[in-house]
Amino acid sequence: MTAYIGKRLLAAIPVILGLSIIVFLVMKLIPGDPAQALLGSYATPDNVERINRALGLDRSWPEQYVIWIGNLLQGDFGRSYILNRPVIDEVLDRFSATLILAGASLLICSVLGILAGIVSAVRQFGWTDRIVTFFVLIGISMPAFFLGLVLILLFAVQWRLLPASGMYAVYGGGDLPDLLRHLILPAGTLAIVATGVVARLTRAAMLEVLRQDFIRTARAKGLSENAVIYRHAFRAALVSIIPVIGIQTGFVLGGAVYIETVFQWPGLGQMLVKAVSTRDLLLVQGGVLVAATLYVLVNLLADVAQAMLDPRLKA
Amino acid sequence: MTDMTLSAPEPRKRRSNWQLLMANRLAAAGLFLFGFIVILAVLAPVLPLPNPDITDQPNRLLPPFADGHLLGTDHLGRDILSRLIWGTQVSLIVGVSATALAAIFGSLIGLVAGYARGATDSVLMRFVDMLMAFPYILLAIAIVAALGPGLLNALYAIAIVNIPFFARNIRGVTVSIRNREFVDAARLSGKSHPAILFTEVLPNVLPVIVITMSTTVGWMILETAGLSFLGLGAQPPTSDLGSMLGQARAQLFTAPHASIIPGIMIFVLVMCINLLGDGIRDVLDPRLRSGALDRPMPITKIDRKTKPAATLEDAPALVVDNLSTGFDDGKAITPAVRDISFRLGKGECLGLIGESGSGKSVTALSLMGLVASPPGVITAGGVYVGGREVLSLREQELIGLRGGRVAYVFQDPLTTLHPLFRVGEQIAEAILVHESVGKSEAHRRAVELMETVGIRDARSRASAYPHELSGGQRQRIGIAMALANDPDIIIADEPTTALDVTVQARILELLQNLRRERGLALLLITHDFGVVAQVCDRVAVMKNGEIVEQGETGAVLRDPQHDYTKRLIACVPELGEGQAFLDRVRPLFVEART
Amino acid sequence: MSDNAVEMRDLVKTFGGGRSLFGRRASEVHAVKGISLDLQRGETLGIVGESGSGKSTLARMLVGLEAPTSGTMQIDGKPWAELAATGSRAFGRTIQYVFQDPVASLNPRKTIGEILDVPLRLLCGYDAGKRASRKKELVDAVQMPLDTLERFPHEFSGGQAQRIAIARALAAEARILVLDEPVSALDVSVQAQVLLLLQQLRDDLGLSYLFISHDLAVVESISDRVAVMYLGEVVEIGPAARLFAAPQHDYTKALIASAPRLTSPDIA
Repeated sequence: MTAYIGKRLLAAIPVILGLSIIVFLVMKLIPGDPAQALLGSYATPDNVERINRALGLDRSWPEQYVIWIGNLLQGDFGRSYILNRPVIDEVLDRFSATLILAGASLLICSVLGILAGIVSAVRQFGWTDRIVTFFVLIGISMPAFFLGLVLILLFAVQWRLLPASGMYAVYGGGDLPDLLRHLILPAGTLAIVATGVVARLTRAAMLEVLRQDFIRTARAKGLSENAVIYRHAFRAALVSIIPVIGIQTGFVLGGAVYIETVFQWPGLGQMLVKAVSTRDLLLVQGGVLVAATLYVLVNLLADVAQAMLDPRLKA
Repeated sequence: MTDMTLSAPEPRKRRSNWQLLMANRLAAAGLFLFGFIVILAVLAPVLPLPNPDITDQPNRLLPPFADGHLLGTDHLGRDILSRLIWGTQVSLIVGVSATALAAIFGSLIGLVAGYARGATDSVLMRFVDMLMAFPYILLAIAIVAALGPGLLNALYAIAIVNIPFFARNIRGVTVSIRNREFVDAARLSGKSHPAILFTEVLPNVLPVIVITMSTTVGWMILETAGLSFLGLGAQPPTSDLGSMLGQARAQLFTAPHASIIPGIMIFVLVMCINLLGDGIRDVLDPRLRSGALDRPMPITKIDRKTKPAATLEDAPALVVDNLSTGFDDGKAITPAVRDISFRLGKGECLGLIGESGSGKSVTALSLMGLVASPPGVITAGGVYVGGREVLSLREQELIGLRGGRVAYVFQDPLTTLHPLFRVGEQIAEAILVHESVGKSEAHRRAVELMETVGIRDARSRASAYPHELSGGQRQRIGIAMALANDPDIIIADEPTTALDVTVQARILELLQNLRRERGLALLLITHDFGVVAQVCDRVAVMKNGEIVEQGETGAVLRDPQHDYTKRLIACVPELGEGQAFLDRVRPLFVEART
Repeated sequence: MSDNAVEMRDLVKTFGGGRSLFGRRASEVHAVKGISLDLQRGETLGIVGESGSGKSTLARMLVGLEAPTSGTMQIDGKPWAELAATGSRAFGRTIQYVFQDPVASLNPRKTIGEILDVPLRLLCGYDAGKRASRKKELVDAVQMPLDTLERFPHEFSGGQAQRIAIARALAAEARILVLDEPVSALDVSVQAQVLLLLQQLRDDLGLSYLFISHDLAVVESISDRVAVMYLGEVVEIGPAARLFAAPQHDYTKALIASAPRLTSPDIA
C-alpha cells in the first residue's frame, strides 16, 4: 500500500507541473504588453521595469517559465498591486474560508447523494425512486447562483432565520455556532448540484452492479437481500462512486466562485471574481494554482481510497 | 448465461428512435417546452416587443403585470419580457456553440487518441488530464482573466474546459471499438487508418457523441450564464440571462422579480434540455432500452395459475414438474422454458444438454428462483426439493435453501466470484449465512474446503483475491463454496466451458469424486456431449425450451430416439475419426441446401 | 519459388518489455518463441493449443496485424517484410483472416453489401458492375440467400455471420486463409455445416488453410497436418491421423487424454 501511495504521489508531480505550464500559457494569452496588463492602472514605468525584470519578460518562454516556477517554489507568487500585498498572503488568508465551505458541501453531497442513490436504485421505479429522480433533476438544472438568491430571499429576508451573508456576524460573533449558522445556506446551496450528480451516478453504479454475475452468486449462496445489496453490491459500486466524489470536489471548488459571490463568503472564489474584474492577473494566477493543487491532492486521496477498496487496481 | 440473452424477447417490430423518444412522456414534454422557447427566441426580432435596451428611468422597477410591461421593468426601466426573450436567444446561441466546439475538438482528440494508441494516445491524454486537473470553472475564469471579460471569451473558456470531458468519453468508446474484430477485418480489406477511423469507427461512436452533447448542453448554458452573472461574460449592452440576473441582484430586496424571472428562465430552459437529453440517452443506449439495467428482485417473479401440491410422497432429491419460465417485456410473456419435468436422485448425475437458446440455463436458474426478474417470470409448474415444493415457500425460506440444501456452481468463475473479497472470506461467508458459528471457525472450515477441492497451500491461498488465481483454481473455489453447507443437490451451469480441456478434465474428475463420496445429486448443464458422456448417468436433451428426449446416457448416445438428438449427436466430431467426420455429416445437410 | 504457401522461420514475438516512466522494465510476455512452420499449397494445417499457447498471436503476425520481434516469413513466395512495407493492401490480396467471433467481426452499422464492397473495391479494384456481380457470387458461394446483401449483421445468427465473414475473406481473392477458431463460438450442428463449407471452398477454389482451434476433434476433421502448440512453441507436428493415433510428446498425450469423448471406455 505504501508503495502504491508513493507511486501515486510521484505521479502527481508531473500533473502539478503540467498545471503550472497551462496557467503559464494562459497568461501568455494576454493581448498587448503583459507587464502593462499585469499592472493595469499601476503601470508606472518603474513598476513595469520591475515586473519585466522579476518575470524575465525579455527572455524566451522556457526561460521565463523556469524563472517563474522558481519564484513560485520559493513562495513568491508575485505582488497584487491593487491590494498592495504579496499574492501568497492574500491567497492563504482566503484559503481556509473556501476549505470550510467546500468541505462542508462535499460532506453533504457525498452522504446525501450516496444514500439517495442507493435507495433509488433499490426501489427502482417505485415512489422513492421517482421522488429522488425528480429532486436530482431539479438539482442539476438549477443555477446555483440563482438558488442562492432565492434562499436568501426566503430564509434571510422573509423568515429571518439565517444570516444572508458573510462568515461571521459583524458584532459579537466569531464562535463555532455563529460560523455554522452562516455556513448552512451557502454550503447547502453549493451541495445541491453535487448531490444530484452523486445520487444519479450512485444509482447507475448500483443498478449496473446488481446485474453482475457475482451478485447472482451471492444470492445463490443464500445471502439475505440486505447483505446482497449493502455488502456485495454497494462495496463494488463504491469503487466507481469514489472517483465521482473526487471529481465533485472540482465542481464544488468551482461552484464556490458563485456561492462566495452571492453570500459574500470571504474565500478564494470571491477573491478571484474581484481579481478578474480588476484584472489583477497575478492574484488570479495564484488563486487558481492553489485551488488546482488542492484538487489534485484530493483526487490523489480518492485514487488511494479506490485502490484500497479494489485490489485489482494496485497491480 | 448465453442462452438467456439470446432468448430474451426481441420486439418483433422495432420502433423508430423518434417513436421511442415520444413514448417517454417527460422527454416529450421537455422537447415541446424547449421547442417553444427556441421558437420564441428565434422570433424575437419579429415579435411585437419593445426595444430591450431602451431605458425609461421614471418607470424603473415596475412590478409584473404593469401596463405595457407584462413582466415589469428593471432598474433602468427596460422591459423585462423583451430582455428575457432576447437574453434567451443569446444564452442559447452561446451554450449551443460552446457545446459544438467542445464536441468537435474533444471528440477529435478522443477518436485519434483511442485509435492511434501508443505515444499519440499518451501525449494527448496527458494533456487532457492536465486540463481536467483544474477545478472545473476555475480554468475558465483564468482564461477569461487573461483574455478579458466578454461573451465570446466566456464562450471559448467554457468550450475549452469541456473538451476533456468529451475527449475522455469518446476515447473510452473508441478504444473498445478499436479492439473489435471488425476493425482488423476492415484493415485486411484494404482500408487505410484514416478511412477506418472515419468510416468504421466514427459511425459507432456517433451515438455516444450525441448522448454526451445532449447531456452537457444544459450544463454549458448554466456555466456561460454563470460567468455572465459574475460580470465576466456578456458585457453591456449585450445581455444574456446570466447578466440580467447579475445586474438585478443589487435590487434583490426591493424588486426581487427582476432577479427571479431570468433565474426561473434559466432553470426551465436547462431543465427541459436535461429532460430531453436523458430521453435521447435512454433511446440511444441499447442497454437501457433492453432493460439490462433493471434491478433484479431477490427471487424470480412467480405467477402461476395453479399452485402445485405442496409436498410429494417418496420423492427423490429433486423433482421438477412441468416447470415453465418466460420473459415479460411489459406486453406479453415470451416463454423461454416450457413444461420441463425431470427427477434427480441422491448420488445421481443428470446432464441437461442443449444448444444456445435452448433454455437450459434458464431451467437451472429457475429451480431456486434465480432468473433475473424483471424480465423473468415462472409461469407454471413446481420444484420439489426433498419432496417439498420450494416455489410456494415464503421468500425467506427459499433464500434459506439456496447454498444450503441446493448449491450452484456457475460458468465463468472470474465474473461469478466477487472481485473485491478474498476467496477464503467468500467461502466462509457461505457458511456463516447458514450456520451460527464464529468467524474464525468459518474461516478454518473454508480452508478445509479448499483443501478438499484440491487447492494446494490452501491456508495462504485463502487470502488471495479471485483475479490472483488461475481459471481452474477459481472454479475450484466456486465448487468449495457450493460444498460449504454440505448440500444435497449441486446445480452446475456450464462449469467447465470457460476452461481449457486439460483443466476441464480435472474439474470434471473433482465433481465426480465429490458426488460419489458425498452422495450428491448433480445437475450438470452443458452444451458438450463429450462432457455428458463422461460424467452423467442420465441425460435430458433440450431444444427451444423443451426437453425432447431423456434417458440413460449410454442409451441416448447409442440410440437417440428424437430426430433432433440424432442430428445433434451426429454433428459431434469424434477424436480419431479424422476427415471421415465430414463425409459422415455431409448427407445430413444436403436437403438444407435447397 | 517454393511449393509452400507460407514459410515461417524462427518466429519470435515478445510483448511488453519496454521501460516504464521510471526506468523499471515492464514484465515481458513471450507469446511466440522461435517457431518454424510450413504451410503447403492446397493443404490445411491445423494448429491446436490451449489459451496462452500463442496460436492467435502467430495468426495475427501472418496477416500483418502484429509485427514479429524476430524471425522471417514468406507468404505466397513474398517476404513478409516486403508486404509490410507495401502496406495493408498487399497483405489483403495475399492472405486473409477469418475471426473467432463472427458477430464482432462485422461492423454493426454497415449492410453486408457495404462490408463486402470494401475488399472488392480496394483490393481487387473492380468497377461497380463487376463488384455487384461478384457480391452475388460470393453470397451464393457461402450458401446464403441473395437478400443478405441489403441486411445488417444483427439480423443473422452466429453461423450465418460466420458464412458472411468467410465471404468477405474470399472477396479479396487471396489463396491463403488463416482461420482463427472459426467454429468455436458456434453450436455443434452449425459448426459441422461451417466445416463442410470450408472444406468445399478449399477444394473448389484451391485454397490453403491455416486452421487454428483448441478443439482437437474439429482440427482433426479438416486438417491434413496438425501442429500442437504449448507456451509459444510447437511441441509436435505431423499428419493428422498419425498425430492423434500415436502422439509422441507428453503434452499432446495429455491433451488427447483430456478431451471428452462420446464413447468413453470407462463411464464408471
